[in-house]
Amino acid sequence: MQQASRTGISHYLDGMRASDLLHPRPEGLYCPPGDFFIDPVRPVNRALITHGHSDHARSGHRSVLATQQTLDIMGLRYGEDFAGTTQAAALGEAMALNDVTVTFHPAGHVLGSAQIAVEHKGRRIVASGDYKRQKDATCAPFEPVKCEVFITEATFGLPVFRHPPDTEEIARLLKSAAQFPERSHLIGAYALGKAQRVMRLLRDAGYDRPIYIHGALAKLSEYYQSQGIDLGTLEPATVDSGGKQDFTGAIVVGPPSAFADRWARRFPDPISCFASGWMRIRQRAKQGGVELPLIISDHADWDELTATIKETGAGEIWVTHGREEALVRWCELEGIAARPLHLVGYEDEGD
Amino acid sequence: MNRFAELLDRLVLTPSRNGKLTLLTDYFRSVEDPDRGLALAAITGDLNIAAVKPAMLRTLVTERMDPVLFGYSYDYVGDLAETVSLVWPQTPGHIPNRQPTLGDVVAKLQAASRSDGPKVLAGLLDSAGISARFAIIKLVTGGLRIGVSARLAKQALADFGKVDVAEIEELWHGLTPPYISLFAWLEGKAEKPQRTALALFSPVMLSNPVGDGDLEKLDPADYAAEWKWDGIRVQAVCEGGVRRLYSRTGDDVSGAFPDLAETMNFSAALDGELLVGEPAATGTFSDLQQRLNRKSVTPKIQQQYPAFMRCYDALQINGEDLRALPFFERRKRLETFIKTLDPQRFDLSPFVEFSDWPSLEELRRAPPHPIIEGVMLKRWNSPYIAGRPKGPWFKWKRDPHTVDAVLMYAQRGHGKRSSFYSDYTFGVWSGPEGAEELVPVGKAYFGFTDEELKQIDKYVRDNTVERFGPVRSVRADRKQGLVLEVAFEGLNRSTRHKSGVAMRFPRISRLRWDKPAAEADRIETLQALLDR
Repeated sequence: MQQASRTGISHYLDGMRASDLLHPRPEGLYCPPGDFFIDPVRPVNRALITHGHSDHARSGHRSVLATQQTLDIMGLRYGEDFAGTTQAAALGEAMALNDVTVTFHPAGHVLGSAQIAVEHKGRRIVASGDYKRQKDATCAPFEPVKCEVFITEATFGLPVFRHPPDTEEIARLLKSAAQFPERSHLIGAYALGKAQRVMRLLRDAGYDRPIYIHGALAKLSEYYQSQGIDLGTLEPATVDSGGKQDFTGAIVVGPPSAFADRWARRFPDPISCFASGWMRIRQRAKQGGVELPLIISDHADWDELTATIKETGAGEIWVTHGREEALVRWCELEGIAARPLHLVGYEDEGD
Repeated sequence: MNRFAELLDRLVLTPSRNGKLTLLTDYFRSVEDPDRGLALAAITGDLNIAAVKPAMLRTLVTERMDPVLFGYSYDYVGDLAETVSLVWPQTPGHIPNRQPTLGDVVAKLQAASRSDGPKVLAGLLDSAGISARFAIIKLVTGGLRIGVSARLAKQALADFGKVDVAEIEELWHGLTPPYISLFAWLEGKAEKPQRTALALFSPVMLSNPVGDGDLEKLDPADYAAEWKWDGIRVQAVCEGGVRRLYSRTGDDVSGAFPDLAETMNFSAALDGELLVGEPAATGTFSDLQQRLNRKSVTPKIQQQYPAFMRCYDALQINGEDLRALPFFERRKRLETFIKTLDPQRFDLSPFVEFSDWPSLEELRRAPPHPIIEGVMLKRWNSPYIAGRPKGPWFKWKRDPHTVDAVLMYAQRGHGKRSSFYSDYTFGVWSGPEGAEELVPVGKAYFGFTDEELKQIDKYVRDNTVERFGPVRSVRADRKQGLVLEVAFEGLNRSTRHKSGVAMRFPRISRLRWDKPAAEADRIETLQALLDR
């Protein structure tokens, strides 16, 4: 029988190391006994996908297993033939892949997002994908799952990232809209998840005027509405629907890249807003020319990351994309084994 | 405290002047006394709080969290106040009953002794949320840096109370935080505060530029001409032993010019230009620069670059208000009075003799000293009127310098211009023949029409080489590049810029689509201007 390494980093599970169950390969996180990848960045035979953001969900796999909503979103983004075959995973239902059991649990990141629990010989690793703990009316809330190894993201893995309540951010937006009624407010928000969440927050705050949206948001927002998430009246922010005056006092939502574009010229003296966890850092807002930063994130902040790690009861933490070093340091101080996983190919599209 | 914190955050990211004014007036309207007055004092730099050193702040935070995690955080954010405000640990389960108001914070900080200052600060940070913590730290470390001048704050007060900003400036130095009587007056709840303090500022008289055809309508005999000195407009006021040197907008600048202030032992309010050197040998603009933007000044600098005042008007002499008198009468009194002052520190702005406009034009084009930027015209019979009345005073500046430079970088603008590349960095050629390279000499964001803006924007998008956030570098080499004719008022030596020069008031005067990039000016052209 082999001994556990002195660092305690490599965990032995009944003679099998945790890294034999899941480990990074250039394509993505690979499970040899189950012969599948989680969120692979290159085309593979079998892919399990946590959520629909394009750096996690790519087209061209032979078979894809994901929640129905993630499959729908991939179909909207890439066309119906985005994979050879698809299979829908129901949340909370265990499925056998060879002699590995996988279960999808809600991750609270965007509509359809899931963590994937991988079990083998009675031990469990949870790959969280991207997740958050703040309440979000546009997706199912994160569900902590007990496990030996928890694989966490670390997009906002620094103690400086502390997201305020999203209702406060929307209140600031509405205050500004009242202070500057002659201008339009342009909100940069990623097309999947953030945009719809911002619109829903506006509705929950009682904003009942039409919200104008960029074309890139149309299909996904329509899909959200079809899934029972009420976003109210959305209108295309096109010039056809009127001259410049029509957007006076309007709230317009679009992908962040659109606001630097000539597209934005149709709006009267716009105030540029950006809904993102990065807006916590003033210099980020300043450099991006953002006048009204809205700190609204679909990723866990520092307090959520550390609380979640404790809640899972995991004895070992693997840290994926983001600021791994600080989270690894925190785990050390807490006496939890942790190491960075060095996965490549993930940007922070969702924020 | 949260409302003040929110105001600071919005002001720092709002580029437009009108936007800032709206934010300030809304704040004055919605926030009660004494918080709004304390906020005003914090912005104008009139709030007195013992400073906490950055090192102390760092000690406080690393006593409360892992220094390694703090190090990672500080490296990432880069700003100490911001980092501390974000990482400051909230005592678990401790939610303060109510967050402190700005009034609470200022009272506690002002009451703290030097030794218990850090403890008081830590207690305040414990009781506040993230943005309030940031504002508290900014208050104790000094310097809000939110892009709002005292002048703009006074304009916001004027807008808020629907009065002229001159009325605010006139009162300002007699008032103290939290300005209860001022706000009561601006809200129409009380009479205008009385001017009770000594040596207050009087709003100054300003001139209009000479426009096309203006002179033809004027009789040269009605006007006096003086050189327009390119120093700092100041008002020297002494009353009952109180001496103050005010800037054009009523800011007290006595502290920056103690050498001049010390010699002000008279009873009068004089208007003039602060210059450097001595009356017989006036310094250049570069000399003047040594004394600009300093809060305090060393004896060595004072000796090397002494300040003096070239007087051109008197508002009050020995208790008598002269402002209603015609200019020729005021001038006569000034001439007599100035003989009683220290001649090393006060002299008289000389008249420029002329008979008709063409002869004055000739003098204007060839002024006798490099710090002269044109001529002033003053109507002999005009009283001293605050503000910028049209007619009595004109400034007739010499023509600007121009240089042909090549567009190097373009940055996106704000507000109406947020989808346009509207801020341009331009350069001129330097280096030996055959190996010329562009060296940036300035940045300009106005001077062109909306139509020209569209054309430049298209050029930038079509010729982008690299992108850095909101900035694009544009193709600019010997074969291709957009030549901009840049107009500017003068040139300073600069150690901050690679080119060694910094332009004053640069703007785009013409787009030279016709001019090949290789024919733009060389750095030597600008250096020659410096040496004059």
